[in-house]
Amino acid sequence: MSLGQEILRGDRRALARALTLVESDPHAADDIIAEVYPHTGHGIVVGVTGAPGVGKSTLVDRLAGQFLARGRKVGILAVDPSSPFTGGALLGDRVRMEGRGSDVFMRSLATRGHLGGLARATPRAIQLLQAFGKDLILLETVGAGQSEVDIMGFADTTIVVVVPGLGDDVQAFKAGILEIGDIFVVNKSDRPGADQTMRELRQMLHLGPQRTWLPPVLSAQAQQEIGVAEIADAILRHSEVRLTDPEQRQRRMQEAERLVRDALADQLVRGVVSRSQADGRWNEVLAEVAERRLDPAGAARALHLEQD
Amino acid sequence: MTETEQRAGTRPIRVLIGKPGLDGHDRGAKIVARALRDAGMEVIYTGLHQTPEEIVEAALQEDVDVVGLSILSGAHLTLVPAVIDLLQAQNMGDVVVVVGGIIPEEDAEELKKLGVKAVFGPGTETDEIVRFTRASVGRA
Ligand code: B12
Ligand SMILES: Nc1nc2c(ncn2[C@@H]2O[C@H](COP(=O)(O)OP(=O)(O)OP(=O)(O)O)[C@@H](O)[C@H]2O)c(=O)[nH]1
Ligand SMILES: [Mg+2]
Repeated sequence: MSLGQEILRGDRRALARALTLVESDPHAADDIIAEVYPHTGHGIVVGVTGAPGVGKSTLVDRLAGQFLARGRKVGILAVDPSSPFTGGALLGDRVRMEGRGSDVFMRSLATRGHLGGLARATPRAIQLLQAFGKDLILLETVGAGQSEVDIMGFADTTIVVVVPGLGDDVQAFKAGILEIGDIFVVNKSDRPGADQTMRELRQMLHLGPQRTWLPPVLSAQAQQEIGVAEIADAILRHSEVRLTDPEQRQRRMQEAERLVRDALADQLVRGVVSRSQADGRWNEVLAEVAERRLDPAGAARALHLEQD
Repeated sequence: MTETEQRAGTRPIRVLIGKPGLDGHDRGAKIVARALRDAGMEVIYTGLHQTPEEIVEAALQEDVDVVGLSILSGAHLTLVPAVIDLLQAQNMGDVVVVVGGIIPEEDAEELKKLGVKAVFGPGTETDEIVRFTRASVGRA
């Protein structure tokens, strides 16, 4: 039996192995994805982002509990940065997870460099979890920069988590995170300043561009499991609005376009590079560019024209 | 990553570090976790008070190469065999199991007979742990 079939049958070990493949080498998993793709795309993908330590993992865990109790099948993907120097990573999000046994499937993903690799692995990881039967996927990422926004592009509903005070929320807003949030959570509301942060957030959202969905600003104490049911409700409401949205089909098309463009770029690059390497042109051209005898775009053009 | 590395499909060694039982000594586990990360590995740290079942489930989901157990409570002779049995039951006998903490010499021998690849006591240099981990997995 193929790995894809095993996943469709609900084999956790097969799912874990396939996730390793999509993480390590996107192409090694091409045939698995091809096999399971018709069984993907259902359910809700919830992105949870925010600055380090705001309580994302704790919230993800409590939301997992909420949705399990509501009969959902829950999967979790937690993304943490790899060290750019050693490639190593400390994946600590499991520390916040209550033991939920095999009811929840959670996978920690390291960013492994910034070459768009994670952006490629993430939709595939989501697809594998969906093929396995998960219909509520929680995707945790640390909010920092553009790759963040890329990854969040794969979520149906994005939750931005902030904490009261210290002006770090203002920084988060600056980073453009205001635009990507469908739901805002002021976590650690046991701390002083929560009300003010909520007010500020609401004001900024009202100033922003008009949207059919005005993002709710909710307060929570994830640790104490306070406010979590309301967040789960908001996720489901957002999901309903999304599904009845006349622009839904258009959004699916945009997503499809992005996935196909990525795959196309990938296949073309690999094809040209491997053929140029095979006939030795690759290193010649690299040397010309390194010595400033040829410009990079010119080199690329030369390489793929030579092969047509 | 270069094209060649990409084609070879190299991936970092993945290690799960777990603290089974009621043992609250976590300094050693954290130091080892950081040392392995700094050596280029992906380290999943589960935190304190895990049951053997939770540790093995996490190891399965994370598809790790190595499970490292840190035990300073004296309960290693019940906790470690439980983890090994559960790994075997999941068909994960190929996962390398190592143990660190306060383990008397004769118990260490016993654990090795059960399939533990190495036991590291207090004062072990983290370099040695890194070297052993690489060698036992057979990747960098
Ligand atoms: C610091 C310490 C504490 C601190 C812990 C702080 C913390 N957050 O970790 C505090 C004060 C909280 C504490 C409390 C207790 N402690 Co205490 N504690 C120690 C002490 C002095 C040092 C432990 C330590 O941190 N070492 C430094 C680290 C870096 O070393 P390490 O953990 O051994 O790790 C190294 C190796 O073992 C190995 N390693 C460890 N884990 C792993 C994992 C992997 C995967 C690998 C590869 C390697 C590896 O590599 C590391 C680097 O070399 C030891 C005595 C000793 N010399 O070990 C007693 C000791 C462990 N404690 C002991 C006891 C009894 C207790 C208490 C029960 C005391 C009490 N009656 O209240 C409580 C229990 C707390 C609890 N909930 O579990 C006993 C255990 C006896 C036993 N096992 O039979 C010891 C041995 C003291 C003794 N001689 O009696 N303790
Ligand atoms: N006071 C308070 N602390 C909380 C609350 N929720 C979570 N925490 C604590 O905040 C700390 C960080 O929580 P995590 O869930 O690990 O935060 P995170 O955003 O996932 O952190 P990173 O993944 O490291 O970015 C932990 O000590 C939690 O116990 C809360 O509502 N109130
Ligand atoms: Mg986290």
